[in-house]
Amino acid sequence: MKFSLIWLKDHLETTATVAEICDALNAIGLEVEGVEDPAERLAGFRVAHVLTAARHPDADKLQVLTVDTGEGDPLQVVCGAPNARAGMKGVLGLPGATVPANGMVLKKSAIRGVESNGMMCSVRELELGEDHDGIIELPDDAPVGTSFADYHGASPVIEVSVTPNRPDCMGVYGIARDLAAKGLGTLKPIAMPAFSAAGDCPVAIRTDDSAGCPAFYGRVITGVTNGASPDWLQQRLTSAGQRSISLLVDLTNYLMLGFGRPAHVYDLAKLQGAVVARRAKDGEQVLALNEKTYTLDPEMVVIADDNQVHDIAGIMGGEDSGVSETTTDVLLEIAYFDPARIGATGRKLGLASDARTRFERGVDPEFLDTGLDLLTGLIVELAGGTASEAVRAGSPPSNAKVIAFDPGLTLRLGGVEVGEEEQKSILESLGFTVGQGWQITCPLRRLDIEGPADLVEEVVRIYGLDKVASVPLPRAEGVARPTATPQQKLERSLRRAAAASGLHEAVTWSFLPEWAAEHFASDQPLWVLANPISEDMKAMRPSLLPGLLMAAKRDADRGADTTRLFEIGRRYFRSGNGLSDEKPTLGTVLAGDKAERGWQSGKAKVFDAYDAKALALELLEAAGAPVTNLMVMGDAGAQFHPGQSGTLRLGPKVVLARFGMVHPATLKAFDVDGPIAAAELFLDAIPAKKSAAFARPGFTPPALQAVTRDFAFLVPETLAAGDLVRAVQGADKAVISSVRVFDVFAGAGVPEGKKSVAIEVTMQPGETSFKDADLKTLAEKIVAAAGKLGAELRG
Amino acid sequence: MTELDTQKQAALAAIADAASLDALEEQRLAALGKKGWVSLALKTLGQMNPEERTAAAPAIQSARAEIADAIETKKAALETAALEAQLARETIDLTLPTQAAPRGSVHPVSQVMDELAEIFADLGFAVATGPEIDDDWHNFTALNMDETHPARAMHDTFYFPDQTSEGREILLRTHTSPVQIRSMLAQGAPIRLIAPGRVYRSDSDATHTPMFHQVEGLVVDKDIHLGHLKWTLETFFKAFFEREDIVLRLRPSYFPFTEPSVEVDVGYSTEGGRRVVGGHGDAPGHAWMELGGSGMVNCRVLEFAGIDPDEYQGFAFGLGIDRIAMLKYGMNDLRAFFDGDPRWLAHYGFSPFDQPTLSAGVGARA
Repeated sequence: MKFSLIWLKDHLETTATVAEICDALNAIGLEVEGVEDPAERLAGFRVAHVLTAARHPDADKLQVLTVDTGEGDPLQVVCGAPNARAGMKGVLGLPGATVPANGMVLKKSAIRGVESNGMMCSVRELELGEDHDGIIELPDDAPVGTSFADYHGASPVIEVSVTPNRPDCMGVYGIARDLAAKGLGTLKPIAMPAFSAAGDCPVAIRTDDSAGCPAFYGRVITGVTNGASPDWLQQRLTSAGQRSISLLVDLTNYLMLGFGRPAHVYDLAKLQGAVVARRAKDGEQVLALNEKTYTLDPEMVVIADDNQVHDIAGIMGGEDSGVSETTTDVLLEIAYFDPARIGATGRKLGLASDARTRFERGVDPEFLDTGLDLLTGLIVELAGGTASEAVRAGSPPSNAKVIAFDPGLTLRLGGVEVGEEEQKSILESLGFTVGQGWQITCPLRRLDIEGPADLVEEVVRIYGLDKVASVPLPRAEGVARPTATPQQKLERSLRRAAAASGLHEAVTWSFLPEWAAEHFASDQPLWVLANPISEDMKAMRPSLLPGLLMAAKRDADRGADTTRLFEIGRRYFRSGNGLSDEKPTLGTVLAGDKAERGWQSGKAKVFDAYDAKALALELLEAAGAPVTNLMVMGDAGAQFHPGQSGTLRLGPKVVLARFGMVHPATLKAFDVDGPIAAAELFLDAIPAKKSAAFARPGFTPPALQAVTRDFAFLVPETLAAGDLVRAVQGADKAVISSVRVFDVFAGAGVPEGKKSVAIEVTMQPGETSFKDADLKTLAEKIVAAAGKLGAELRG
Repeated sequence: MTELDTQKQAALAAIADAASLDALEEQRLAALGKKGWVSLALKTLGQMNPEERTAAAPAIQSARAEIADAIETKKAALETAALEAQLARETIDLTLPTQAAPRGSVHPVSQVMDELAEIFADLGFAVATGPEIDDDWHNFTALNMDETHPARAMHDTFYFPDQTSEGREILLRTHTSPVQIRSMLAQGAPIRLIAPGRVYRSDSDATHTPMFHQVEGLVVDKDIHLGHLKWTLETFFKAFFEREDIVLRLRPSYFPFTEPSVEVDVGYSTEGGRRVVGGHGDAPGHAWMELGGSGMVNCRVLEFAGIDPDEYQGFAFGLGIDRIAMLKYGMNDLRAFFDGDPRWLAHYGFSPFDQPTLSAGVGARA
């Protein structure tokens, strides 16, 4: 809300400066968003009297003036305006002043050889209008030497942000009341222009929807003359950022902006029969003042006559019955509408207006009569005409809320001690009535007051939040206890492990283009937004990889050779009750070169599926997963290369991670060059640590040295090395401590359809050293176990 | 000079001249070998009588020792020379570049969340989480914003076309406040928690992104009041920015879920075009900057969350994590947070070893 200081002073008797007023506004919860002082822009411009005017010796179109500025000797000024003449009063810009329209700083100069000590200004130069045909002509009684800003009534404009709980401050008068309570001055009584009402209202007014429109007051004024508004009114509306339209419209806006009270003026000539507040009929249409047609439904309240809807109640009037220059008879409407219904209607129609903002937050139910009389009086005073008696259909809510208040609560909740007398006086200054035993009666306009806590807020905000002292929270004895959950600890370790292994942590959008989400979707339907901000941010991600792939693409497009990214975040699925199932996940993408070309290493190397596997294992280990027990299986998903991807599982069903090379079709879909390796860790699948103890089991290194033996097997080409390793491990679990593949070979010397796999088996003796016979037996067991998979020992 | 002396001098000279270990070995064999002249001379002692032997032996044995020493010394010298020659041949160009291990980083948002957890843990706050796809009951109704509340419309909410089995609207949470509700329902009072996480508003311009991060703070206990809220935020900001001159200004405001409601401003100055938190906002060269909203938890919210407002009261606050990260670490573009540009991440990200701790200071200095 914007208003000028002059407007505020219509209602507040105060000597406070603008700065003091702004500090007070901030302190009481009316946040100042800006202050603009036109006087600053008009500094250095004065009311001046032209004493003489003579032709410039060297220029036909210029005149040389002597100008009285109210002090010192008259100044010589060169002027090109055709209307400049001796005896007139105008506005002189002195050297040093900045012309508002073009930012030019005036200085003493010579124009065609004649000294000029300033500039006589036009309306446009001072940004007061468009006129530039000549210089400003002021009335003869304009006081010479006065600053033009003061003469013009320029007044600082303050913009405040009014929180939605305070519709009573959506008018200058309400703001003045709050400031008066804060001690910034005295609230003046509303100046009510006198008028006499005569005769019954010639139009029948009714409300057929007492819930949606509990009260509809009105009256007719006949014989008005609509035209331009007086300066004081235009200045006030301009300060509020409103354009002056016509006197009648301006006066309703003045009532709304000055007193927070929307009203409507109908051109009586365009109404037919009774004017009724009722529910709209389904499909009924109205052409609103914004020149758009709205289709209504029976949940909406309208004001209508016998023929048509004339007003979307509380939101916007109709074009057909709006006032014009030729309007002579008007019907005034001041009504009270159910705030919830106004809000619902406005949302449904997508229609915002100043009236809606006030009605949906709640206007003062006690202000209907005052508002109607104020508007009537102003119209009669400024536009003439004869007012009828008022008609009052229905009645606004009148049950004041009474709250049992304990003034001690101010200290207990607000943390500040305020004397009871002071609390009482603060509440009374805001319009509350403090009764026996601190029974507080709330003014009807304060719909936001629900209970004692609200009264504490009123007291504290007026008394001063700055007087609330800091009080330490009670602290548990000793050193702070750990608070992190196992999942939080897991994510922390994992994040730092991933960064330590060379990956940058990204945070990408939770929402994706629908095609990208669809590409990675599971068998569940995606979460797709009903009102996305763009098509690129529409579906919640079912995987962290699309966002990372898109980041990798952007990086590659910038010319990067290598991109290593990870993200820890959620994947969004569905749960049984219709809500979400959000799974904590780590995604990682390795794109471009794994190692750049080097004088030692030769050509650049690209990432492969083993890099993704190694990373997945490393990170799973950092997350505390039992990596030695994991099985490598298939089914990484359709987004992966079917022959170069896998899953890491704890048992056949529990998938801890998937990894591998991204499928060429996926690369194509994301328009990114490959090869790209990727992995995804499913953090919710990682089992919690079994032991919570700090002490580890005792350390008992084996007494005897382990023995290693190498075996080279010819195996079917399709046999997974992992299967061979597992089979060999199983040959004697008590003794074989590790099996490691150190060579895989196919080609020359190896039969077609076979490959050679060489393994190193480490065997750990227990109590006694191995004898040759023991090793021979073990070797036979190993060969036999491998043989079951079709492996033959190479000669 | 005896013959022995002559032979010895000749041998010592030959040893000194030996150019290689092989040449030295030749000299050793010639003198000390089985058939060497020293060995032969020693053998002559056996045929002497004791007197002759006593007279001749010292000279011979001294010659043997002298020659053996000379050989050892020369051998060591030759070996050293050989090693030096070998090492000289093995010289490499160490100005050649090495292969650097790739360096990763932790995102500023994660880093700041860890800092928050560390500071608030010391004040007894646990870290709570909740769903990002939530229903309107948790996001609005239970926070005292019923269907018709105008503040709902001000939240720029992302909705899904779906409904819960109870018929509630499903949306992306617009703030972390629903975590308050869930945590109070699950744990009751007393409670102290922070809830950091992603939140969503359908708003996008230079300073707003449709997804951003917020941290919610909640304390519910007996006798908690606005003074505790002020102290908590002051204490947090002092620890977070690691400076003692933090000055907060509380302004009355409005949030449906708190009563009284308070906007929190912090004093700052501008140095080198950057906002630096600290000092009184009304001091010369200083101003106030809005940091977040807060207030005493509305008793209706406590009731919705199953807590008796006659017994318990408390405060809640909400801060923008991205915003305080920017203030502390100097980023100026929020959109870059979510772009995944490794250059930006390398520049503004943190070493994995910068795990915030109270003893080292939670912040990581540039």
